[in-house]
Amino acid sequence: MPDTATKPAIQFQGVGKRFGDNVVLDGLDFSVAAGDRVTLIGPSGSGKTTILRLLMTLEEANDGLILVDGVPYTHEMRGGKRVAIPEKRRSLVRRRVGMVFQQFNLFPNMSVLENIIEAPIHVLGVPKAEAIAKAEDLLEKVGLADKRDARCTQLSGGQQQRVAIARALAMEPEILLLDEVTSALDPELVADVLAVLRNIAETTDITMLIVTHEMQFAREVSNRVLMFDGGKIIEEAHPEEIFTSPKHERTQEFLRAVL
Amino acid sequence: MNDFWNWDHAAAVFPSLIKGLGVTVLATVIGMVIAAILGLLVAIVRRSGVRAVTWPVGFLVEFIRSTPLLVQLVFANLLFTQFPSLAVGCAVLGIHYATYMSEVYRAGIDAVPKGQWEAAVALDLPRGRTWRDVILPQAIRNTLPGLGNYAISMFKETPFLAFIYVVEMYAAAQAYGGGNFRYMEAITLAGLLFLLVSYPTSLLVRRMENRLA
Repeated sequence: MPDTATKPAIQFQGVGKRFGDNVVLDGLDFSVAAGDRVTLIGPSGSGKTTILRLLMTLEEANDGLILVDGVPYTHEMRGGKRVAIPEKRRSLVRRRVGMVFQQFNLFPNMSVLENIIEAPIHVLGVPKAEAIAKAEDLLEKVGLADKRDARCTQLSGGQQQRVAIARALAMEPEILLLDEVTSALDPELVADVLAVLRNIAETTDITMLIVTHEMQFAREVSNRVLMFDGGKIIEEAHPEEIFTSPKHERTQEFLRAVL
Repeated sequence: MNDFWNWDHAAAVFPSLIKGLGVTVLATVIGMVIAAILGLLVAIVRRSGVRAVTWPVGFLVEFIRSTPLLVQLVFANLLFTQFPSLAVGCAVLGIHYATYMSEVYRAGIDAVPKGQWEAAVALDLPRGRTWRDVILPQAIRNTLPGLGNYAISMFKETPFLAFIYVVEMYAAAQAYGGGNFRYMEAITLAGLLFLLVSYPTSLLVRRMENRLA
């Protein structure tokens, strides 16, 4: 067993990602301690979302290593060469990582409850009755207990996103990735979703990586903010510090534009 | 008595036409079941990206689509003399239409948003489970109108079965015509019976299309 007390939950070692000629991440090094709430900020195209997608194996890094609890996740060094780790081993790490998407991505052919119990039953092998009980608890937690049997398409965007959060939590992830989870919502629906996330941040010790434009939320929830520009981290600080007295000129510019 | 239309002939041919219609419907149903299942398999295989299978399957699909159904029927019937003609006919109809159905499935699968695959990955759902529980239920919903349209089209092509001596409705009409030197009633009624089945079916398919749109 890896020693999670000393090993960082997430480590990027020289991670590079290119889309064609476009260099999105360039030799990126950073690590996240277990239980950290890290917000990634920066102009669009600066590689924030790509970091989340790499951690979810939705994209494949071109160079470098990604480690979870000190264990190589998608690639490892063997005899001085970087080799891809087979799907079976990736899967064991991946199921400890959850993600909530900008566009919710609920399964429209399933009810709310079915969305939530699908993976616990078929990935973790949780007995159905137990999965249902857990899902009902989670629906309670996100304030949608009465929508248990609804079709996802009957829900508002904010409700769908809360179901998506419950679905991710049902897998009991150690790491939760939030990719602009309020960007697709009507302004009046944002508050409910943020309240749910605030509650999760307060009541669990899940490691969170957050990409958001809600700076107030980032300030309340996170204990670390990383400012990205051009595929690199250009500034890193506690939210109070970076939001009140950003040091880097690009950070100042960016925050002036969004705040 | 009218030379153009004779009700006695119409009444006389009717029972054998109905019997033929039974064969026609049977061939369409069996052919369509084969086309629906085989078409789905072809679509999934072609999507797999494994060259060793996508290439030969792709070639076969092109080959089948580029040759006439009639030639395929007669050729298969010559090749598989040990099977009843009706069985060979159903199989050829099914395989022929599977190549078209595979395109319908491909479009249906492509129409499932990328986010659905990504959500499945994020939940660590295995590939097979993702296909079964997430992608196919959505994709097949998209394909139902296409399936209906090809079923109607297959139904109307069943007269080709007459060339391999399957007595479906058209062959029954021909047989009556040949035996009595009187084709008009038999062929007209056969046409009407085709219309009687295919038109309501096409209305049903159109309603399904509107409901799914």
